[in-house]
Amino acid sequence: MPDKLKKSARKTVQAFINILPIVFGMLLLTSLVVKLFPAQLSTGLFGQNSFLDALLGATLGGVAAGHPLVSYVLGGELLTSGVSLFAVTALIVSWVTVGMVQLPAEALLLGKRFAIYRNLMCYLFAIAIAFLTVYTLQMIG
Amino acid sequence: MKNKPQKNTKKGRCGWLFLAIVLLIYGVTALFDSELTLKAMTSFIHLLDKVLPVLLIVFILIFIVNLLLEPALVKKYLGSRSGIMGWLTAIVGGVLSTGPIYPWYALLKDLREKGMKTSLAAVFLYSRAIKLPLLPMLVHYFGITYTMVLVIYLIVFSIISGLVIEQIDNVHTKMDKP
Repeated sequence: MPDKLKKSARKTVQAFINILPIVFGMLLLTSLVVKLFPAQLSTGLFGQNSFLDALLGATLGGVAAGHPLVSYVLGGELLTSGVSLFAVTALIVSWVTVGMVQLPAEALLLGKRFAIYRNLMCYLFAIAIAFLTVYTLQMIG
Repeated sequence: MKNKPQKNTKKGRCGWLFLAIVLLIYGVTALFDSELTLKAMTSFIHLLDKVLPVLLIVFILIFIVNLLLEPALVKKYLGSRSGIMGWLTAIVGGVLSTGPIYPWYALLKDLREKGMKTSLAAVFLYSRAIKLPLLPMLVHYFGITYTMVLVIYLIVFSIISGLVIEQIDNVHTKMDKP
């Protein structure tokens, strides 16, 4: 048991050392971007209509690669700067379910058909979940 | 065995390289607009103040998951012909699985070769969207109600993803037959 504890502690510390610069970097970058383009973010790229917002959010999340924590930080800050919850939810969901970067590895190990269909489906699901989540929250009040 | 730490070091270096690039961007921005950089730094410190306590909780949860879960355990309960238990195990296994996706692809490949249903692989991969140790961060940014609603939909859609993949698999198996 002490060995297992030691191993887990070492693994956790290593994971955290890997995560920390990414979180710090992402927080720094988000702070700068939000200060640079505060209005453009909410009125430019996003904010045309809910469906386009979700589509754009899912696309950004799908091509992005990185720790899920980054998507929460980025999503949270985008929401604060006025980007819709449709876009942010689609971004968060597709960030962790769609993997354009991992697609070659997934295709190689689990089959090309499986990988392509699964990622395409996850992309559409991210948009669906964005709408369902926002509407459910509106219903709950 | 020797490759693993090297891989981790490489990954760790990428994070630090990313931070260095961001700091470089700050440096260049400061040359042109020091006021904006100062505002961004103030915003960063404010953000950090909010995020650090949550990071501490995340650290503790990652430690607990690392202590309790091993890929071998997931493998044991995700065998073939597992019925509803298999679906449940795929969801729970996906939720509890941590770390990079690549070792899990390898595990799923191994399980599929041993007779695991394709649908369960899809369910497992989709459930990975729920990151238990990171939930405090999600709650911090979006609130408890949002987090609960999102997690429920992710579980529901993980099952749907399994069912859809199963249907696609069936159609292609029929088409492939002479």
